[in-house]
Amino acid sequence: MSMQPHGGVAVLGRHVRKTFRRETGETVVALDDLSLEVPHGGLAALVGPDGAGKTTLIRLIAGLMPLDAGTLVVNGTDIARDPQRVQDRIAYMPQRFGLYEDLTVRENLDLYASLHGISDEERRRRYPELFQMTDLAPFTGRLAGHLSGGMKQKLGLACTLIGAPELLLLDEPTVGVDPLSRRELWEIIARLVREQNLSVLLSTSYLDEAERCDQVFVLREGKLLASGPPGEVTALAAGRSFEAEPQAGEPARNLQSRLLDEPAIIDAVPEAGRVHLVSAQNGKSAAPEQSAAALAGLSIIPVPARFEDGFMVLLRQQSGAAGKSLAAPPLSPEPAARSDETIITVHDLVRKFGTFTAVDRVSFEVHRGEIFGLLGPNGAGKTTTFRMLCGLLSATAGTLRVAGFDLRRARASARQHIGYVAQKFSLYGQLTVADNLEFFASAYGLRGRRKRERVAWALTQFELEPLMRLPSGQLPGGYKQRLAMATALLHSPDILFLDEPTSGADPLARREFWRRITQFAEQRVTVVVTTHFMEEAEYCDRVAILDGGRMLAVGTPAEVRGLAAAAGPDRATMEDAFIAIVERAREHRMDASP
Amino acid sequence: MFEALLRIVALIRKELLAILSDPRSRVSLFLPPVLQCLIFGYAATYDLNNVPYAVLDQDRSAASHDLLAALDGSGVFRRAAQLYNVADIKSVIDEQKALLVIQIGQDFQRRLEAGLPADVEVIADGRNSNTAGTALGYVDAIVDGFNADWAANHGAAAPPLQVTMRAWYNANLETRWFMIPALIGTLTFLQTLLLTAMSVAREREQGTFDQLLVTPFRPFEIMIGKALPSVLIGLIQATLILLVAQLWFRIPFTGSYLTLYAGLLLFLLAAVGMGLMLSAVVSTMQQAMLYAFVIMMPFALLSGLTTPLSNMPEIFQNATLINPLRYAIDIAHRVYLEGAGLPQLVPDLWPMAIIAAVTLSSAAWLFRGGLE
Repeated sequence: MSMQPHGGVAVLGRHVRKTFRRETGETVVALDDLSLEVPHGGLAALVGPDGAGKTTLIRLIAGLMPLDAGTLVVNGTDIARDPQRVQDRIAYMPQRFGLYEDLTVRENLDLYASLHGISDEERRRRYPELFQMTDLAPFTGRLAGHLSGGMKQKLGLACTLIGAPELLLLDEPTVGVDPLSRRELWEIIARLVREQNLSVLLSTSYLDEAERCDQVFVLREGKLLASGPPGEVTALAAGRSFEAEPQAGEPARNLQSRLLDEPAIIDAVPEAGRVHLVSAQNGKSAAPEQSAAALAGLSIIPVPARFEDGFMVLLRQQSGAAGKSLAAPPLSPEPAARSDETIITVHDLVRKFGTFTAVDRVSFEVHRGEIFGLLGPNGAGKTTTFRMLCGLLSATAGTLRVAGFDLRRARASARQHIGYVAQKFSLYGQLTVADNLEFFASAYGLRGRRKRERVAWALTQFELEPLMRLPSGQLPGGYKQRLAMATALLHSPDILFLDEPTSGADPLARREFWRRITQFAEQRVTVVVTTHFMEEAEYCDRVAILDGGRMLAVGTPAEVRGLAAAAGPDRATMEDAFIAIVERAREHRMDASP
Repeated sequence: MFEALLRIVALIRKELLAILSDPRSRVSLFLPPVLQCLIFGYAATYDLNNVPYAVLDQDRSAASHDLLAALDGSGVFRRAAQLYNVADIKSVIDEQKALLVIQIGQDFQRRLEAGLPADVEVIADGRNSNTAGTALGYVDAIVDGFNADWAANHGAAAPPLQVTMRAWYNANLETRWFMIPALIGTLTFLQTLLLTAMSVAREREQGTFDQLLVTPFRPFEIMIGKALPSVLIGLIQATLILLVAQLWFRIPFTGSYLTLYAGLLLFLLAAVGMGLMLSAVVSTMQQAMLYAFVIMMPFALLSGLTTPLSNMPEIFQNATLINPLRYAIDIAHRVYLEGAGLPQLVPDLWPMAIIAAVTLSSAAWLFRGGLE
């Protein structure tokens, strides 16, 4: 039996309340009369949509802000009375951990050890342990700025663990981390809990991560909706989960899109060529095909419920329309005939930075109206390829044709036909929503009536009208992305480029985002997207997997899953397939190199 | 072409909105020039007042008394100590109780009456060579006046040559008259350089530059759209300084505003060109700021703002030829104080036009290169 010095409770919150004042003067309630108990030892997750108060709660527990009301007891100490005592025994890793990019891995660790007052002797004992745990031993001399996203997170974790804390607080530790690194990070965290009896409280927007925790706390708008083992949340969807097979030739995402409009369907996501759906009613009382017209005539089988299903049911129960706020999309009148017209041609594309080859003879084609996904771990060359496609970077060698223009010659002409949404919000934060739209409309040469029409379209389509006078930097996260998409679509481009559009977005925002994308694809807009969420590859018509600058696979999601199935289990998910393909290629390369 | 023009207008509008919609940036752009102008006007002056001096009068005669009265009555000097001993001189100077010591020999009056040269020794604290030099000049002038008076009162022949000094364009030779018009160039130079370099660096840092580059904007359009708002802000700042000079310091403006602004426009284009060149090579705002200050120092020193160009070693004098600030200060002085018109300013205008052409086209070239 492990020691449980505080009666088994790591964090005890009673009637916690915290409000903020926006710059515009209004008060925002981040946490509203929240009570919770995080048990000692083990893994606890905070989940919930953006603005639920996850980060605020973690920062309060870390003693970084005072509470407005209520009490918060951490490891037996009231945080309001003695924050220093609490802080000495916890470790906190914020979303963007403060690594010094100009210092080496070792120097960063030294710095944090000094800040925590760790003796030299203690360091000699802790360092090998931390390096071994994080696999950073070969990179101690490398500058932190030159590490990949996953490695940076591991180094951040090592730095927070240097003080040997009793409670570890992690705020979205896996945002922007590829599936391989994410898996490694989780193994480290699991080992910490198992071997060192550490209590870990983390926030996450990956629901499969929450499912692996001992306890989950579902938050929404500052209130606790549910707490307990993840199984309890999953049980809410018991008997309601099904899988439907779309009609031959129809992309699963179209069926999914129709299903989301049905009041009897709580949630639907494309998965392995089918649609995973959650019915509003238990399957025993009413079969979903009777309540949802979109399912008529399709083969439907009940499947075990997942945590995500329970989560959606929970949110739906509370708000009535969670995740379905999106208005019915105005689809184009004529049916979207598939075309074989090639709109992007990439042939033997090479990009070198000095002696380093970031992209190595990559070739693929994208057809008009297709959703094309670029998948790959951090540093795979996705972003470099992406930037070349958008004309932000020139190619070292190879052919690059976009919308009929050779990018090496007619870059400026091609730009009129593409829209680009960067990974980081990159519009003018100090300008209002309306000013941003106005400026980019003019930048794309729109004027007069057409300009007014398109700006009005953007405001309506992305439901930005009520916020149009707000400086865009002050928009809530999800709205920033809407504005970025609206801006990129003002000039009705043929191709929309999206760089990790869903990184850090909550499950609801991700669904909403993909519904829009599906809708644009219906209107024959070609979409090229990079993502770290492998299940999102299911929305794509075709995907390409890159690693180490090379293309490992390209094809429909089913074809790519099939490639992995040869080596692995029969019905592999996209994530399994991805990991199998990347690992196989890496082994192969290792064998080939002397 | 028309499309490009519309895009440039949109970019200029956006730049101005971004700068002017934020109250903080409004304050930081328009308050400092006024404050700096006031500080320079009061603090940066070479005119002497209240210079402390000590006297070692070994003669104690009517003549020595008259000489000292002339010093005290000049309004420049203030008697700080009366010494009785040559040995005291050192301590008075060392402890900075006096900037000057006037030593009058014991046969001062006798020698004057005998028509012989009588010595007055003046010891100055040379640690501050500027002030000491100026103070000695004042003493010289007062002694000259004393000589003339003595000659007239004692029936001796007046000195054969009388020098009458008259300073044109600045009758009282006030430093402020020289300094403030020069600030029109100096202050706007730093601000526009910094503003331009930072505006591009900020876009790079925040990722908006990429967003700009995927639109049909061509590099030179972005450049023009970035340059013109800075020039406009520079002109507004120059106007503020001009207002302070005339309304607060009451320095009379003798030239034509049109001429002055024409010169300023050319100067600001050269400065903005430098800012754009800088922005093409830096990647963060911090770097932009640092480099702007590093560049600013030599440009200000080699401009003739604080020290006369003709005093500099030849190599530095040649270096000032490529300094737009040198010409801008000259134009400001000549238009403001002397009332010079465009034809007289041609020697200043053409080098500045060449500098502007060179900096702007190099910036365009760097911009294109930087995008690869």
